[in-house]
Amino acid sequence: MRSLLPAIEADRQIDDWGRSERVEGVFDATLVEFFYRYWFRCDVEGIENVPSDGGALLVSNHAGALPPDAAMIGKAIRDEHPDPRPLYMTVEHFFKGYPGFSALLPKIGCVPAHPANVHRLLYDEGQLVLVFPEGRKGTEKLVKDRYKVQRFGRGGFVEAAMRAEAKLVPVCVVGAEEAAPVFARSRLLQKATGLIYFPLTPTFPWLGPAGMLGYLPAKFKIRFLEPIDTTKMGSEPAEDKALVQSVAQEVRARIQENLHEMVSRRKSVWLG
Amino acid sequence: MSDGVEVVAERPGRRRVLITGLSSYWGGRLAQALESFAEVEAIVGVDSRDPTRELERTEFVKVSNQHGLIQRIVRAARIDTVIDARLVVDSITTSRQRAHESNVIGTMNLLAACAGEASPVRKFIFKSSGHVYGSAQTDPAFFTEVMGRSGPATSPIERDVGEAEASVIDFAAKQKNVDVTVLRCANVLGPDVNTSFARMFQLPLVPMVAGFDPRLQFVHEDDVVHALEHAAVNRLPGVFNVAADGVLALSEIIGLLGKRPLPVLPPWGNGLLTAPLRTLGIQIPPEMQSMMRFGRGLDNRRYKASGFLYGYTTRESVLAFAEHLRLQPILRGVESSYTYEGEVERFLRRSPLTRPPQPESTEASGTESEPFGI
Repeated sequence: MRSLLPAIEADRQIDDWGRSERVEGVFDATLVEFFYRYWFRCDVEGIENVPSDGGALLVSNHAGALPPDAAMIGKAIRDEHPDPRPLYMTVEHFFKGYPGFSALLPKIGCVPAHPANVHRLLYDEGQLVLVFPEGRKGTEKLVKDRYKVQRFGRGGFVEAAMRAEAKLVPVCVVGAEEAAPVFARSRLLQKATGLIYFPLTPTFPWLGPAGMLGYLPAKFKIRFLEPIDTTKMGSEPAEDKALVQSVAQEVRARIQENLHEMVSRRKSVWLG
Repeated sequence: MSDGVEVVAERPGRRRVLITGLSSYWGGRLAQALESFAEVEAIVGVDSRDPTRELERTEFVKVSNQHGLIQRIVRAARIDTVIDARLVVDSITTSRQRAHESNVIGTMNLLAACAGEASPVRKFIFKSSGHVYGSAQTDPAFFTEVMGRSGPATSPIERDVGEAEASVIDFAAKQKNVDVTVLRCANVLGPDVNTSFARMFQLPLVPMVAGFDPRLQFVHEDDVVHALEHAAVNRLPGVFNVAADGVLALSEIIGLLGKRPLPVLPPWGNGLLTAPLRTLGIQIPPEMQSMMRFGRGLDNRRYKASGFLYGYTTRESVLAFAEHLRLQPILRGVESSYTYEGEVERFLRRSPLTRPPQPESTEASGTESEPFGI
């Protein structure tokens, strides 16, 4: 069935997922470029662990009010990888239903985190997909809990990678926790705005919606860890719940361990 | 291609086809198309209204949704292939009650007419719709045939289509000797067919829901007809999505049409706005309202794997429609409309004076004039 996948016609600027070359290019050349190079001054390690071809599922820790980590990981692959590839970022279904986000996020490479979407991207299209298994638990957590990797859902991401015979690439991001620290959350304002959570950060909501982008200039470090090959785990590993859970635990443990090591060697939050 | 070979291997002999909804757009188009197929021996069309298209050898029988009468026609004419092209999938084409009557009650009656040990029917093709998948926030980006809708149906059309298809699937499970093919068609776009989307794209400014840019997929009207033909001449039991390659963002479609978007529809409460919008010439039926926010994509690979080739991609369908829009003001009134005259049709089919003299067509004309014994 993979051979029957329609190609994107040459004249189109938007792919079947709604990703727009033009909109993404504009963001990449302006906001993302500014934050990546000058504001967060991203340091990247282990970029060679991102495969040059075939489907791979990148699994990262997640933090910050409007998390800047996904965009920085995507930019790192675009700028540092010898064979730059687009990265599809999975986001909550919530965003598809929220005006504004719904129109914008697909244009810059976000895809709702539906298992069927992840499978098609990884297996049929052989793309790079980024997931945050912590989900909301990662972004909602307060600054006092920084760098404590939260529970990894139900291991759905491992199942998805196994079904798609894709590699798992753990990713550690240091800096996002301090760039957009969440001091508190407001239930009342969350209800009023219909958002999934309403963070109170140094700039949001005090400076209006743009305050979401009021990141503090923390130094970013992104480390790609060695890939885990899911094809060598026997036949139909996704059916083995114990194996799925233990792989999920292992990925989480490796990310946590590396985060501890990266934070312990960091001399300054702002200078690295 | 290998289609012809497959047919012979599959089922020797020639087909006798019944088309329901002959007077609907799809029934008429399909009958016209099947008339040129040599392997289709006889075509009978039923409908409660007169045909709207000129037909050469199709026999029209005016009958409403009475399963007893349809059963007699099916048995007397020894129909082996039934193509149900009657489903109402767009609420602008008829009233809500008539859509329900046709979609749910009509399908039920037709299935009853085709069921039973003594029934000659061996193949049942049901033109269904992508509406069975709905359109919701938690949908996958591409529906495959094994997936279902994310939540309960929200509009009457969606509910009816779902119910009709469920009864067909149930029929397939019970009638083991009948091959049932279900074709779930994406929204159709083309110069001829009248749909809510086509009407919306004709407006000088195309309305959008503020803050949303749904992914939409279409299929060209000709491809739908070819898809039905493909199912008629091949043995393809199962459910198939019929949708063109490519899912386009609404903004992209508006760009291809050379129009401007008008993102004025509020994200919520469109139901309340239906009446005021209609006075402005903007009609957004209930089954389209969620599509204007969340869109819908179908995975079309299964039908392609069966050997079907699409003539148009979604983008090409949109471009073809754009061409039609540019020609429309010039062509208006030029097209001759066809009126069915029962007496004339009977004369053309039955009178010995109208027999073509060519010897090779004797067989065909012989079977055509065979009485159906009603």
